[in-house]
Amino acid sequence: RAMELPPSHFPAARAAAVAVGYLRYLRGGPGRGLQLRELRRARRQDIDDVGHKYYLELELEDVLDKDRTVSCTAEVLYPLGSQTSAPDVQVTVQGELRSTEEADQEFYNRIRSLQKELVAENIPDSHGNVPPELEPIHLLAWVASGYVIWQNSTENTNFHLAQVKHVQQVKRSDEDLQFDYVVLLHEMVSQEVLPWEVTVLWHPRRGARVSRS
Amino acid sequence: TFTFSQISQPSNKPKKIIWVDCGIHAREWISPAFCQWFVKEILQNYKTDPKISRFLQNLDLYVLPVLNIDGYIYSWEKDRLWRKSRSPYENGTCHGADLNRNFNSSWGSVGVSFNCSSDVFCGSGPESEPETRAVAQFIRSKKSDILCYLTIHSYGQLILTPYGSTTKPPSNNEELMQVAKEAAAALTGKYGTSYKVGSTALILYSNSGSSRDWAHTIGIPLSYTFELRDTGTHGFVLPANQIQPTCEETM
Repeated sequence: RAMELPPSHFPAARAAAVAVGYLRYLRGGPGRGLQLRELRRARRQDIDDVGHKYYLELELEDVLDKDRTVSCTAEVLYPLGSQTSAPDVQVTVQGELRSTEEADQEFYNRIRSLQKELVAENIPDSHGNVPPELEPIHLLAWVASGYVIWQNSTENTNFHLAQVKHVQQVKRSDEDLQFDYVVLLHEMVSQEVLPWEVTVLWHPRRGARVSRS
Repeated sequence: TFTFSQISQPSNKPKKIIWVDCGIHAREWISPAFCQWFVKEILQNYKTDPKISRFLQNLDLYVLPVLNIDGYIYSWEKDRLWRKSRSPYENGTCHGADLNRNFNSSWGSVGVSFNCSSDVFCGSGPESEPETRAVAQFIRSKKSDILCYLTIHSYGQLILTPYGSTTKPPSNNEELMQVAKEAAAALTGKYGTSYKVGSTALILYSNSGSSRDWAHTIGIPLSYTFELRDTGTHGFVLPANQIQPTCEETM
């Protein structure tokens, strides 16, 4: 029932971008940034009255641990009339991802001890540079944009994070860190680059929670 | 008018031409960087590198380093992620056409917008933009001698063949694909960077009015779009430390 798709052709590539966005949201953090190394296999099933379901076999890598790859399977279901609802995504990561406990705690302590709320813009800058102390903020933006990409993708879109336009930390009375982002997403089919406002709450043990501002 | 670099070895025999243009899209900064690198590399090594000197015995190279100059300057000074040209439309309330939708190849049929505010605005007609017109006129005048048309973009790590407006393959598709696959393999051989090969309509999306499709339809047999590094991690803002390896592998 499921049709084999060439992984290099765009229908599979677009579904893979959704899966990666979802994975970044689910498993990403200031110490972990997942990116796609290779889409190994893709199949599609058209389900009457439901939508189009893509079955993907992906090879990912952590930008902070590039010597290893992580295999992953994903199912991406675009619902019929999917202009209004997000694709349904299921992912299974094979094996363990590198632990980020130490880096997470270090980041948490550093931000909590800041006198003034952190503010930054243009990450990376025009020349692709990210100052090392902003790399965790950059990777949290991957979590935030991953959520937005997942929520807003259809079979006719292919989103990538182009740049973090602005980030503003908001100090909180509870234990979460809060960052309000403006992320620029590049949509390949229309070629538009559009700003999205998104808020991330993060805590070393509770992980990231994302909401649209 | 525009300025391009012609690299030729003096000779009595007429030579075929390889055309390379960079910077059709303003934000794709690695593209003009590559054209500059390419010219530098040839000029520095043509006497000592046997491959390059043999190449130049039989072929002339025409390199246009920044086709969309206005847009490129704008991306340095005002908006890093600008794509189009900067020609004024609608009484100066809107600017720029997507030069790679403005060529006379199924112009305006698919993958475009007729709205100036869109990033894929195809202009008011085929070759409506001065940049497009200048390049098209020149290439037309030389077309019987041009063997290969290359246009350099980013990002995606792709070597794209005609067409964008239809999935129907061009008449010399087998040859196009074979050459592209060999190029991709040579590229990967340098630093392991993997490139995919295929037509725009199958690999990316439908589009019309691209320079690559136009070059092929006027009779230039080998016509390719290169999408350089990366695959989305940095996208248009490729770090400076990747410029050299990108250029070396693409060479």
